[in-house]
Amino acid sequence: MKFVENVKADVTTDIVYMMCPMHLLKLEEKMKDLDDGQILEIMTDYDGALEDIPGWCEKTGNEFLGLKETEDFYKFYIRKKVKRK
Amino acid sequence: MRKCYFDHVATNPLDNRVFDAMEPYFMENFGNPLSLYDLGTKAKEAIENARAQVAALINSKPSEIIFTASGAEANNFALRGIALARQNEGKHVIVTKMEHHSVLNSARFLEKMGFVVTFLPVDKYGIVNPDTVKKSITKETTLISVTYASSEVGTIEPIKEIGKIAKERGIILHTDAVAAAGNIPVDVKDLGVDLLSLAAHQFYGPKGAAALHVREGMRIVPLIYGGIQESGRRAGTENVPAIVGMGQAAELAKSEMTGRIGQAKKLRDKLIQGASGIENVYLTGVPPMADKPENRLPAHASFTVEFIEGEAMLLLLAAKGIYAASGSACSSKALKASPVLLSMGVPSNLAQGSIVFTLGKDNTEEDMDYLLSEFPQVIKRLREMSPYAKGWGTKGEGGECTVRK
Repeated sequence: MKFVENVKADVTTDIVYMMCPMHLLKLEEKMKDLDDGQILEIMTDYDGALEDIPGWCEKTGNEFLGLKETEDFYKFYIRKKVKRK
Repeated sequence: MRKCYFDHVATNPLDNRVFDAMEPYFMENFGNPLSLYDLGTKAKEAIENARAQVAALINSKPSEIIFTASGAEANNFALRGIALARQNEGKHVIVTKMEHHSVLNSARFLEKMGFVVTFLPVDKYGIVNPDTVKKSITKETTLISVTYASSEVGTIEPIKEIGKIAKERGIILHTDAVAAAGNIPVDVKDLGVDLLSLAAHQFYGPKGAAALHVREGMRIVPLIYGGIQESGRRAGTENVPAIVGMGQAAELAKSEMTGRIGQAKKLRDKLIQGASGIENVYLTGVPPMADKPENRLPAHASFTVEFIEGEAMLLLLAAKGIYAASGSACSSKALKASPVLLSMGVPSNLAQGSIVFTLGKDNTEEDMDYLLSEFPQVIKRLREMSPYAKGWGTKGEGGECTVRK
């Protein structure tokens, strides 16, 4: 797993204590609103996200930048892919 | 025989307009809101519409409303959910002695979990002093929960002032507005509360639907784990008809509130005036005041009747077709004096004779006349057989008897 520090996110979403699979639904919803190349920070306490979020990024072609662990939850960073013109 | 229902804090009858709104969601539109086909989307739209209606009643946003199955669930969810979500910041919770059992017992659960809970005292009217709240705050305090209005004595608490204190100190404030929301104006922004509980059957909606307002951006640990209903915060397939009913009831309550309050106050004041004329009957809670904003629910009149027991009054009144309550359910079943009355300084023997009348939109002047003619007779009959009433004579003597005991 890739750990990162000091990533500057454009949009943050807090879904700590929200149930699975909110991490995937929220991720998809928020990524839609992002501009190409922007970074989303998603905070969740759900352990399953450790597999699901990188997996989702691989499937959708978005870039998984890494995560940061705090005492109670994780912060995931995802960069929206830039569409080729 | 005339039937007069004066127990609207126990529950309200369902408004037929609410029932009409609910009906299609039992048989016709029975779908699960999470289903992707049209039956599901219809149900989903219906609950989202209800969410907006409920939000409008308390000036909240639809995204801040979480539906629950009862007011008790909303209170449990609030106390447990916030205390646990913030336990790394502190483990001190403040509640008052006026709270409903769903708040008190949740607080006791937290105590067992290792939290420290302060139960705040109240004055003789049941009002919590905001200064006392302020003084009880420690650096460990994360949550304050104060009822908006007591269903037992009708007292409305100074939530707005407590809200200011909580905000200054960065503490979350929850209010149990089950007895208030839909009956008096409730505005979460004006009050400055972070969480607020309300229940549909307190404003002519169905049982089985209630809600917790959770201010945007707050974390709350779920009470019920499962699927992603209610944004992943409260699992379980939604009670669609009841939620639709709650929405419709909220909309009606909002548009008809002024009229309902006016009518209730008129009847309530007549009752308070009439009953206060009976010897050794005392009003509990705040007396209605014509000249300033009231600290009493408009449809609420509660008394203690000396020398007799509340339970006995209820039975004799019920035999006359009059339905009332005697304080909280727990105290009447256990034949104990109400903890709320005791915390207000009412002597325990007097607290036994507690009786609560709560009026509704369908009560009439004639109902009130009937109550005022039957109530004194019931009291008289019971006092004639009461051993406590020995030596009872004038109001003065009775008062002294109370003090000595």
